[in-house]
Amino acid sequence: MSNPYAKLPAWAEYGLIPLINLVVAFLVAGLVVLLVGENPLKAAYHMINGAFGRGEYIGFTLYYATTFIFTGLSVAVAFHAGLFNIGSEGQAYIGGIGVALACLWLDKTMPWFIVFPVAIIGSAAFGALWAFLPGWLQAKRGSHIVITTIMFNFIASSIMVYLLTKVMKPLGSMATQTRTFEAGGQLPKLDWLLGIFGLNVGNAPFNVSFLLALFAAFAVWVLIWRTRFGFEMRTMGHSPSAARYAGISETRITIIVMMISGGLAGLMALNPIMGEQFRMQLDFVQGAGFVGIAVALMGRSHPAGIIPAAILFGMLYQGGAEIAFEMPSISRDMIVIIQGLVILFAGALENMFRPAIGRAFAAIGSRSSAAAQTRGA
Amino acid sequence: MDLFHTIIALLESTIRVSVPLIFAALAGLFTERAGVFDIGLEGKMLGAAFAAGAVAAVSGSVIIGLLCAILISVLLALVHGYASITQRGSQIVSGVAINFVVAGSTVILGEAWFRQGGRTPALAGDARFQTITFPFADAVKDVPILGPIYSNLLSGHFALTYLAFAMVPISWWILYRTRFGLRLRAVGENPGAVDTAGISVIWLRYRAVICAGILCGFAGAYLSLAMNAGFVKGMTAGKGYIALAALIFAKWRPFNIMLACLLFGFLDALAIRLQGNPLPLIGQVPVQLMQALPYILTVVLLAGFIGKAIPPKAGGIPYVKER
Repeated sequence: MSNPYAKLPAWAEYGLIPLINLVVAFLVAGLVVLLVGENPLKAAYHMINGAFGRGEYIGFTLYYATTFIFTGLSVAVAFHAGLFNIGSEGQAYIGGIGVALACLWLDKTMPWFIVFPVAIIGSAAFGALWAFLPGWLQAKRGSHIVITTIMFNFIASSIMVYLLTKVMKPLGSMATQTRTFEAGGQLPKLDWLLGIFGLNVGNAPFNVSFLLALFAAFAVWVLIWRTRFGFEMRTMGHSPSAARYAGISETRITIIVMMISGGLAGLMALNPIMGEQFRMQLDFVQGAGFVGIAVALMGRSHPAGIIPAAILFGMLYQGGAEIAFEMPSISRDMIVIIQGLVILFAGALENMFRPAIGRAFAAIGSRSSAAAQTRGA
Repeated sequence: MDLFHTIIALLESTIRVSVPLIFAALAGLFTERAGVFDIGLEGKMLGAAFAAGAVAAVSGSVIIGLLCAILISVLLALVHGYASITQRGSQIVSGVAINFVVAGSTVILGEAWFRQGGRTPALAGDARFQTITFPFADAVKDVPILGPIYSNLLSGHFALTYLAFAMVPISWWILYRTRFGLRLRAVGENPGAVDTAGISVIWLRYRAVICAGILCGFAGAYLSLAMNAGFVKGMTAGKGYIALAALIFAKWRPFNIMLACLLFGFLDALAIRLQGNPLPLIGQVPVQLMQALPYILTVVLLAGFIGKAIPPKAGGIPYVKER
């Protein structure tokens, strides 16, 4: 498709426009706070204080961010190949089976650093498996990936309810969860990492999977911009017909990209299951897969953008809890609104301010070139 | 005879749960036939249900509640239209965004205004739709076979229920027998041709989106003013997505939509009925399987194993005039 908008300098394209979109999203969210009869500035203060005020708060913020880095990368990888994977939620949920199986199998006999790699492989494999089917259906049978992944989210949720009520629950227990894992199924905290900055992590479940998330972000960058496969998938994302002409197999790319995307979503399950709860609970994903959409859109599908975007959403989740505590009329559902607004302004309406900014740049550009001409004459 | 009464009761609840699905799926029919994908059915329905519940509770009038539901739903539809038609943003991203904004704000506003944990006050009397009883429904109740069919299955529903079923032929007539409908379908298949004929693609798509808004308004109002006495947070519970599934399952055709919605509604009613009651021969069917069945069926259909679902050709692609 031809791009009807003027070309902007890179810093405006990747810095200014996302920033403006984000600011507008927060301004609208502020209006909602006003509508509820609270002071938006006070809410913002409580949010920032609640997210960064203490070492423990920062630990929680980064714990949430870990989750969102995984799901954000999952959505972003698919975006690059022109695929919209709404199914990260379900893939992360199914990925939990891999983590739980590894932990239930090995936690009593093995230390965490043996269980962790097994759980990584398990979660990625289950997540990839759940994304394989929609990918295959899109590539081979032509069914629309958005619709199939939505359907697969619901199917995943039904499967997990069934497994947790009938199969994976310990006998005689009423709660819909697996048994609590022993030491081998519990990831160590990263208290030393925050300790370097003189911060105390306290009760925050900030754990080793954060490092895995950073590594995954690097690996995704290498995959997309430094490998032949990444080039092929970006080609397909830009122009499927050009990709076909160049002899790139759409079937192969679609299926592999969806499996990578699903695998990344599956890794997300490590953080809450092995890092916080030490058991698999019903609905442990809690919408993180959908947050991934907002994170990927805000981070412009680049790992270097996704990490700050994930930290921003971690801040919203942790700081949002603090607002809910300080201002009872603003519950954590405020985050859902902000998430929606970010998706709206950074995603669907991303071009709204582009013409105006383009015109502003053109005006500045013509003035400076006119000035140069007068000087030359 | 006992079996017969069970079946009647099952069909009655099938009709009850199918109504919002029919409204929402028809809403999706209008936009998708005009080439605008709509993931936001869920959000529009939820927003409408909240507006209906809140306004009916405050004003005490079911009609004002219904009108506000339609108003809010149309406004949300226009946001979707602005993002995906005027701004040429991704239609799917826009729909997802609307779902989240509505899911969050209905809870926040409901809690701030009514302080009942995200509910609106319980409705009674004129603030809620009443069921309509057909003449002689009580008198013929005891007539074997036909009596229960007339008095339980046909009579005793809400006005919106009859409207939903009436909307099926009406939508068919609009889409297949009017000039507007012909153009609407054309704009979903080949907008370039419509544009060449001197008809505004943008304005046509906007009208399609508004039609969807009105229908989702009915769906939402049905949930909070008829089926339930007030709004409960998250009360659409994925019905918008089931409607989307029904729309695809019906291959974007009005009468098929009614059948698909009734089928999915029947599965829903059956799942509730079967909870704890083992089936003869098969034994206990997991409830989760019944709940997942609409989605599984849709995936199987999309995979081309039962017929082939071919979406409108220009669906999902924003229209850019050639220059």
